[in-house]
Amino acid sequence: MPKTLTKSLTPAGTLYRGREGQWSWVAHRITGVVIFFFLLVHVLDTSLVRVSPEAYDAVIASYKNPIMGLGELGLVAAIVFHAFNGIRVILVDFWKKGPKYHRQMLWSVVGLWAVVMIAFSIRHLSHVFGG
Amino acid sequence: MATPTIESPRSGRVAPGYSRTQGSRGNFEMIAWLFMRISGAILVVLIFVHLYVNLVAGDGISGIDFGFVAGKWASPVWQIWDLTMLWLAMLHGTNGIRVIINDYAEKNSTRMWLKGVLYTSTVVIVVLGTLVIFTFDPCPVVNGVAHVADYCPAP
Repeated sequence: MPKTLTKSLTPAGTLYRGREGQWSWVAHRITGVVIFFFLLVHVLDTSLVRVSPEAYDAVIASYKNPIMGLGELGLVAAIVFHAFNGIRVILVDFWKKGPKYHRQMLWSVVGLWAVVMIAFSIRHLSHVFGG
Repeated sequence: MATPTIESPRSGRVAPGYSRTQGSRGNFEMIAWLFMRISGAILVVLIFVHLYVNLVAGDGISGIDFGFVAGKWASPVWQIWDLTMLWLAMLHGTNGIRVIINDYAEKNSTRMWLKGVLYTSTVVIVVLGTLVIFTFDPCPVVNGVAHVADYCPAP
């Protein structure tokens, strides 16, 4: 089969409808998976309180270094987006005008997320970098 | 002339493949969908307060150590708070990953294995976390050495 014909039969990407609806759905999935895997680790690290106070303090000390501090910023960013967008999903499902305003609600989510993250970043980074 | 009897729509003339009720899984998926919304709304409150108390208030992450955990779990309010958060977050997260596995794993055997690993991890983490909250000892004796803290009795 000629190469050009094969190429023309291949679907041009797998983008569904794009825009706010699809991308918020993608972001909700990715942040959800990230949060879930952190949750597994977080229960395990907290469980060290049953091993010994020293074991717990040693592992928690690693959460206080600057690289982990930036990781925590990313984690909180994921949680705050997932929380606000989750409220948006609930409104789309249960509020009569939800589907009509889903785009405006996504930009409200992004705006609120930015405000919360700016405030949290200042506070958290000053703790991490000893300000 | 007798009036012809007209059956109401979907009265036993629907092919089994198109039936919307009496599926083999009952209404499990609807319950799961509803659970995601209810648990999600509760988790927003539980987790935002958790993050505020642990990372924003006081010394933030710099103030977290064994004594900080002991101080929180001395109160049954925080025990119940953390227990509820553990159970709801794990069930919410497990159902989310279950849906993602169903979406992307195309082979039956792959789906079965991934969900097997998922459910096993969930049970282990939920049981472990629950035991830790309820068996926590603020003044443990490890290898014969008593933990020293101002809230513990002098050895």
